[in-house]
Order: sequence, then C-alpha cells, then structure tokens
Amino acid sequence: MIANREVYGQTLVEMGKTNSKIVVLDADLAKATYTEIFHKAYPERFIDCGIAEQNMMAVAAGLATCGFIPFVSSFAMFAALRAGEQFRNSICYPHLNVKVVATHAGLDCGADGATHQALEDLALMRAIPGNTVLVPSDPVSTRALLKLATSFNGPCYVRIGRDKCEELYAEDTEFAIGKSAVLKDGKDVSLITCGSATKHVLKAAKELESLGISAKVIDMYSLKPLDEEAIIEASKLGTIVTVEDHQTVGGLGSAVCEVVAQKAPCKVKVMGVNDSFGRSGNADELFAYYGIDTKTIVSTVKAMLQA
Amino acid sequence: MDVNKVKLVANEIRMHTIEMLFKAGSGHPGGSLSIADILAVLYVDKMKFDPKNPNLDDRDRFVLSKGHASAALYSTLALMGFFPVEKLDSFRKIDSFLQGHPDMKHTPGVDMTTGSLGQGISAACGMALAAKLSQRQNRVYAIIGDGELEEGEVWEALMFANQYKLSNLTVILDFNRLQIDGPTCDVMDIDNPAQRFQSFHLNTIEIDGHNLEAISQAIDAARSVKDKPTVIIAHTVKGKGVSFMENQVGWHGKAPNAEETQKALAELRAL
Repeated sequence: MIANREVYGQTLVEMGKTNSKIVVLDADLAKATYTEIFHKAYPERFIDCGIAEQNMMAVAAGLATCGFIPFVSSFAMFAALRAGEQFRNSICYPHLNVKVVATHAGLDCGADGATHQALEDLALMRAIPGNTVLVPSDPVSTRALLKLATSFNGPCYVRIGRDKCEELYAEDTEFAIGKSAVLKDGKDVSLITCGSATKHVLKAAKELESLGISAKVIDMYSLKPLDEEAIIEASKLGTIVTVEDHQTVGGLGSAVCEVVAQKAPCKVKVMGVNDSFGRSGNADELFAYYGIDTKTIVSTVKAMLQA
Repeated sequence: MDVNKVKLVANEIRMHTIEMLFKAGSGHPGGSLSIADILAVLYVDKMKFDPKNPNLDDRDRFVLSKGHASAALYSTLALMGFFPVEKLDSFRKIDSFLQGHPDMKHTPGVDMTTGSLGQGISAACGMALAAKLSQRQNRVYAIIGDGELEEGEVWEALMFANQYKLSNLTVILDFNRLQIDGPTCDVMDIDNPAQRFQSFHLNTIEIDGHNLEAISQAIDAARSVKDKPTVIIAHTVKGKGVSFMENQVGWHGKAPNAEETQKALAELRAL
C-alpha cells in the first residue's frame, strides 16, 4: 500500500535521472504532492512558485517554449479549476509540452472538505481541445501512465487522489494512451470506472459474483483520448454502469454516454456525485455518503438488471 | 543606435497598423500606436534574432503580454522580414495566420501565444528561467499594459521574477493611462506604479516611452543589472501619432473608417 502521489514523486526522480529536460513546479504543496522527493534529488530543477498557481501554470508554458518538460503540481482544485484558464490559453491552445499532475482529486481528498475536493476537473480538462487526460487507479498504473505522459509532445492532465492504494495491476502490465484495461471479465453487466473509484467497483463486482451476477470491470484510465472500442464492446452486455469520484456531469459517465448514445445504444446508469459539493470525512465515509461505495454500486446494479 | 532608422520603422509600424485595422474592420489602434516606438527600438537595435531561423535556441524572446496590440507586433515582424509585408492585409481574416491575438503556432516570430491578460508576463518569467537553467545568455522582453496591472497574476509574476533573480528579464509597462472602461485612475487606480514595483524589489526605470534615446538607454541599463529583473515604466500616449486618436478612450478597440484612415496616414506620413 502506497499513495499514488508518493509514486508520483518517486517516478519523477526516476524519469529525472535520464531526462535532464524534466523540471518540476509546485505551489507550496511539495510535501503533500511528494514533489519534495524530486526537490531533494534535483534541487536545481525544482521550482517552488509559492501559493500562486496561475503564475505557475504560465511559467511552465514559458519553460516549455524553451524545450523543458515541466511537471506542474498542485491539488486538482487549484491546478484544474483555479489555474484552468492559464492551462487552456497558455498551454493547450499553443499545444505546449506541459504535464499537469493534480493530486487530492475528488472525495478521495478527504477531511479537508468541499473547498479542496475537485469534483469538476475531469469535465473541464476533457473539454479542452488537444488535451490528454489520464486517471490512474493504483501505484502500478500511476507509474506507467506518468511515463506515457512524458512520451509524447503536448499537454497532459494526470489526476491522482490522496489515499493509499492497494495494487490492482501486476507490475508488468502494459498501458497505452487511448486504451483501457479489463480488470475482470463478465457477461451480465459492464462496470466502467477510473481512478479512486476503481477499488470500490472491483469489490462490488466480487459481491455481485456471489449473488450470481457476472460483472465485467473496465478501468478507463485514459479518459481522453477515450477507448471507444472498449465501450462499444461493453455495450454488448446490454447494461453499463459507470462509477466515478466526480460529478455525474461531464466526466467519465458523460464520456461513456456520448459514445453509447451515438454508436452503441444500451442501458446506462451514471454513478458519481450528483450535483452536490463535498464535505469533510474520510474517503470511505464520503464514498458511502455520496452513494458510490461498494454497497450502493451492488444495489444499483441489481436494480438495473431487474428493471 | 541609428535614431533615424528606428524612427522610420516606428512610423511604418504605425502606418501598417492603421491600414491593417481598416482592412480588418476591427482591432485595437490606441494601445498599438502607444508601443510602436518601444517595438522599433527593441527589434531594430536591441534584440538578437534571425528572421530566417525564427526558432533559434539562443535568440532573445519577446512576449506581448498585452496581446490585443497584435497589429503593432505583426507590423514589426513583417518589417523585420519574418514574413512578407503584404500578408499584413490578411489580419483577423478567416484564412489568415495573423490571428486577432498573437498565436505562436502559426505566426513566425511570435514567441508566445497571448491575449488573456496577465499570462504573458508569467510565460516571460518561464523563458527567463529557462535561459538561466540552460546557461544561455539570451534576454527576454515583455510588454504589459497598465490596465493589465489589475490582473493579480502580474504581481504573482513579479514576485516570482524577484525570487528567482531573473536579471535577464526586462518588463516594459505601456503606461498610457487609459483602458476600455475609461481612465485607469477612475477604473482601478494604479497611480505611482514605480513605488509598487520598487516595493517588489525590482530595478525600476521611468522614461518617456516615445523618446527613442530614452527607451534605448533604459534597455541598456536593464542589461547591466545582474541581480534583479527590471521594469521600465514607459509613459506613453494612447493613439500616439494620430491626432484624433491620442488620449481618446474610444480608440481602444475600434477600427478607423476610410476617411479616418486617410487622415491618419496623412498625419503619419508628415511625421
């Protein structure tokens, strides 16, 4: 068990060793985002911007125009929402090679409460032309997706939670931009998820199995570009349930619905935070409170299949 | 510095700007005319660049943080040979590479995409830091507007520039005292910007932004400072060079008609 954000810090050091163009920018959250590990390893390539995310984002743009590969870190709330316009206009519009790694996203952020729980970032990030949006679910996918983010020239938004994560993938699993992973096969219903909701969906699938319901579980770790083929394949089971640590508007559920409605109509239920702000509590309590915990997923799937 | 040459270029920047805006039917004359002299000094006498190789690593960078003055920048770049002067006629048109606001992906010589105020100066800080990290000797110049000072990001950027001792960064404030809604002192008073910049520990120089020698000397003075960035407060006249546009709020974002264009060009030709 290790937090994905700690894996982020470790992976930065690993990549920084061979790639001298990598520079890391943070806004006074280096301890929380774990960029402090990179700071210790390569102090000359770590830039603390202070609590000024908007400037940080556009400074990264300037660095990228000169050939550096800036990794910009903050909580998702401040990276995607506060500095969202800088990301759109100064980074995505000129398609600059800046990687934004946003931690403490969603309810997984926990007790800090609504002001710090970004539940709208995927909707915003997904809507920006030319942006790549990656949502790792465990330490293995975090490491792999960060390396993939560095492998191409262009903007990228990587969404990471706060809590420690068990490993859901084998160490040698291969990932690719625009692809997804089937974590469990099934024949009665397709459960599509990403990020911090994935472990809850896997637990729900196991419980459903004991109730005689065979659920397929897909980790849609590349939200943009989206693995449309996998969604079309998932629709063949007749029922899709999406689960995300995000508003039900604009994120994974919306992305799946856009594909299903236009290319492969089937029944869909979108589970997420339903037009509410978050609140304080630990992540598990919050997932239960907002109805995206294992128990609610199981009951929702049962109801969908009975309908 | 060849003052006569710079003066000629500044005047050509102004004439092209007026013609472009007339042909486009929209654009921003006031804040373009106010920076023409600064652009002419920078590009004719100060900056290191090669129009044949606009992306050379060690070139000096220019960021027009007040991106709405794009007509003046495009005129300058065309006059310097980055692209043919005739292309200026396509400004703001549907098939043009000369967008309403500067677009680094499509216009040779544009070092940073700008237009949303406050962001260009931050990007310029990133470029200056990049030069330091790469141990390159190039310099970075950014022009910001006085209305733009109302964006909090400008002050974030200035704090950053001081913290990282970006002595290779020169920020030039186009202090023309007018913004869309009226005089800056009425909209959001930023009187005495020098005091504000000094309190941010920046090397601060105050000049007449239409005095070519003064602009040149200020830029040279900034170069000689080795431990901090410089802000040059250039006192300018919005609409400078066209009598009926000078100091008129209404000419911030409006194109001249045919008659006004002829009148403006006649005045500029006589300069």
